[in-house]
Amino acid sequence: MADLHLTIDNSTDAERISVDAVLAPDARVVIHESERLVRGGMARKNDRRHLLLPALHALQADIGWISAGGLNYISDVLQVPPAEAYGVATFYELFRTEDPGHSDSTVHVCMDTSCHIAGAEAFAQALEADGKQVHRGPCLGQCERAPAQFVQGRGAADSVPADADNIASPGAFLSIQRAAGDTGGLRLLANVGVVDPTSLVSYREHGGYVALEKALSMGGQAVIDEVRLAGLTGRGGAGFPTAIKWQGVADEQGRPKHVIANADESEPGTFKDRTLMENDPFALIEGLTIAGVSVGAENGWIYIRGEYPLATTRLTNAIEQARTAGLLGVDVMGSGFDFDIVLHTSAGRYICGEETALLNALEGKRANPRAKPPFPQVSGLWGKPTIVNNVETLCNLPGILAHGVGYRLVGTERSPGTRLFCLSGHVANPGVYEVPQGTTLGEMIEIAGGATGSTRAILMGGAAGSFIDADQLDMPLTGEDTRERGTTLGSGVITLFDDTVDFVLLLTRITEFFKSESCGQCVPCRVGTTRQHEVIVEMGVRGSLSEERNTLIDDMALAMADASICGLGHTAAGAVQSAIRLGLIGSAL
Amino acid sequence: MNLHQTAVEREFGTQVTVKINGGDFTVDEGDTILTACTQAGIDTPTICYAENLTPVNACRVCVVEVEGNRTLVPSCSRPVEEAMVISTDSDRVKHSRKMVLEFLGTANDLSEAPQINEWSTEYGVDITRYAEGAERFDQPVKIQDNLYIRDYDKCVLCYKCVDACGEEAQFTFAIAMSGRGFDNRISTEFDVALPESACVYCGNCIAVCPTNALQFKTEFDLRQENNWREEEQTVTQTVCSYCGVGCNLELHVQDNQIVKVTSPADHEVTNGMLCIKGRFGWKYV
Ligand SMILES: Cc1cc2nc3c(=O)[nH]c(=O)nc-3n(C[C@H](O)[C@H](O)[C@H](O)COP(=O)(O)O)c2cc1C
Ligand code: SF4
Ligand code: SF4
Ligand code: SF4
Ligand code: FES
Repeated sequence: MADLHLTIDNSTDAERISVDAVLAPDARVVIHESERLVRGGMARKNDRRHLLLPALHALQADIGWISAGGLNYISDVLQVPPAEAYGVATFYELFRTEDPGHSDSTVHVCMDTSCHIAGAEAFAQALEADGKQVHRGPCLGQCERAPAQFVQGRGAADSVPADADNIASPGAFLSIQRAAGDTGGLRLLANVGVVDPTSLVSYREHGGYVALEKALSMGGQAVIDEVRLAGLTGRGGAGFPTAIKWQGVADEQGRPKHVIANADESEPGTFKDRTLMENDPFALIEGLTIAGVSVGAENGWIYIRGEYPLATTRLTNAIEQARTAGLLGVDVMGSGFDFDIVLHTSAGRYICGEETALLNALEGKRANPRAKPPFPQVSGLWGKPTIVNNVETLCNLPGILAHGVGYRLVGTERSPGTRLFCLSGHVANPGVYEVPQGTTLGEMIEIAGGATGSTRAILMGGAAGSFIDADQLDMPLTGEDTRERGTTLGSGVITLFDDTVDFVLLLTRITEFFKSESCGQCVPCRVGTTRQHEVIVEMGVRGSLSEERNTLIDDMALAMADASICGLGHTAAGAVQSAIRLGLIGSAL
Repeated sequence: MNLHQTAVEREFGTQVTVKINGGDFTVDEGDTILTACTQAGIDTPTICYAENLTPVNACRVCVVEVEGNRTLVPSCSRPVEEAMVISTDSDRVKHSRKMVLEFLGTANDLSEAPQINEWSTEYGVDITRYAEGAERFDQPVKIQDNLYIRDYDKCVLCYKCVDACGEEAQFTFAIAMSGRGFDNRISTEFDVALPESACVYCGNCIAVCPTNALQFKTEFDLRQENNWREEEQTVTQTVCSYCGVGCNLELHVQDNQIVKVTSPADHEVTNGMLCIKGRFGWKYV
């Protein structure tokens, strides 16, 4: 090849077979150019760039790592410069670019918050003693089962051992997902344990797709108006009003438009989206389709984290069944509206859930967040108007359309409806709970069976949130009430820590999380998260924080919050600063 | 630089009025805040910005405060808007600029980045107040050929070399960002040596590097010998004679020897970019 310069490393037959199996036939055509790549050539290269991740996934799964020869083959087939492909491969948690030297599956063990206090390190060591290949990593979204593991298969499909029960009887988790008694019943979790998540027929028998039919007959603008009346806000962390975001895209002229379900769910302590996708996958498909109708988008995407094999299987099946039934594809439900969904599997990285990083990831690039403005509504996926919404946000849509103003009957005036909360840590019945917004923190914890032990602190909103004292139990769980008390709902994380917890070790891990999850693009976060971790490690050794270090922590926090590009940097010091404020760490032992 | 304007707009474009540190200034619509500040006579530190590259706004040293924005904004990439209220000297701005410079000082070897050091002094940087054993960028110097070296201990990950090698100029894509977080590194695929990579030795990456992480082998050798005397060097302008394109060359001469070759970033033919012949051809003359 004239211009795409490849090293001499050759691919093996096995590597070529592996890659060819996932690339669509037309994507396999190799275009050899005799001239230097020019802009036209670039455009063609970018055409297939988004297939880079699937190809890397294939090599990782089949060969166990991405070799120089294998990378060359992918680069050649997709016309992606190998240096860039290498940059992408080295970005993700689930990819290895060094020969692991064994052919076993890898057991990923979560080291974060709930798993940390549930003995993750001892668990990892026990697995190692058992001869397993263990990788210690970030939150796996199974905090209710702490300590959690995920098996990255080698010569076998990826799996989560704890899923076995759920596969055998899909409603098995019902016992730990309840709503408060006086709520008028479950909405988001209504189908869980009731509808067979593998059957479209079952979903429709329970009222599924009535909402889409209604949306199609109402028309896009009417749907947006309905969502505005319902007062739906985003459940991904920022709490942005959904209708405003949608209106922005509906008003844009650019075509095609995209709607994306953000199913990356990687905030430590969060596992609600997994619960929804595993137990009620059709609701997400229907919700995303409604979003597409409302803004006139033809393309739907679900960006799901790579550590959710059961949710991935269920969604794949749901998409196929919906397509076969004419609920996706050309002329959805005979309406003349075309809409289809692509399921994209990530490869591990908290930052991929940041909406603009997610766009880059979908395009086959390193998942570095983009500068905003321009916002995705104006310039999103491949520069086109794009909506990114959290899974739970989208799963609210069928209910909103079905119930109309009834949606507002529960919750508060400013925060109507119900919301999912992920309770874990030192609580009797860890799990996902649906309660009306405005339920107090104390009530929420009681519904989850109450705290175990004597609660010393509660982490709200996950690692990106902040610690609060156990005396805040009267706090209503809404965005505005939590903000007023200087904390956050985030993605609905409530993690309890009793008075036996070693907070220095816990904060050491939380700061390590930010250090290793920073994409490294901008200086305040790349260096700031590293320096912050080092100060906490040093505190562990010295036993306390000096005046000088306290100042440094605040100085770094302000710069990260003020000058970082994205939310990861903006929130990276929240847990540390709140822990110091509450006296969980910092003072002499 | 104006990022979003067409030639016609530049000719007949609209103007907007912004407030910078209390004073009113009228600038072209589509101009960046950085351009507006420069026109207002205000110096702004920049590291990842270059006039001949699209801003990546990664270093964040150029941040300013804009009323109505929750966080500070990068002046190098944010376009001005009518009635924007900008502050470049508030405590918040000074703090973040200082912290960025301080962070870089704790991580990298900035000994050959005099401009950055000047700013560090101006903003009162103190790199000694960090935890013991703070991790540094630490990389051995890569000397893989006779043309230029890569001393990534000096690399502040500004993306300029990557962009100059890729879509912004050279379209060779020999180097890219790899790794993650603090372990981000500019690298060829699998870190293969440059001669085995796609590199065509245009040296455009060297030209844009703000920290001397990339430098001519001649410069590196002279520095090793403690014999790099920049003040004494003369710069001669000439036009490259290898082909008919007409690239402007600046020959840097020390002791009657060419020690490096650059091209002005604002030169209309080159935009500062050259090819191997102009950049390194003198080595073989
Ligand atoms: C570091 C980081 C990680 C994020 N991860 C997720 C995620 O996994 N899922 C999600 O829905 N939103 C995540 N977000 C928030 C998204 O950027 C975005 O705000 C959200 O998807 C919008 O959807 P919503 O309006 O429905 O909440 C993350 C944000 C940041 C800064
Ligand atoms: S704040 Fe952190 S994660 Fe976000 S862009 Fe900057 S380095 Fe990347
Ligand atoms: S010398 Fe030219 S081709 Fe080689 S890495 Fe630098 S910019 Fe790329
Ligand atoms: S080598 Fe130089 S130009 Fe390249 S990223 Fe590092 S500092 Fe920037
Ligand atoms: S110069 Fe603006 S962010 Fe680097």
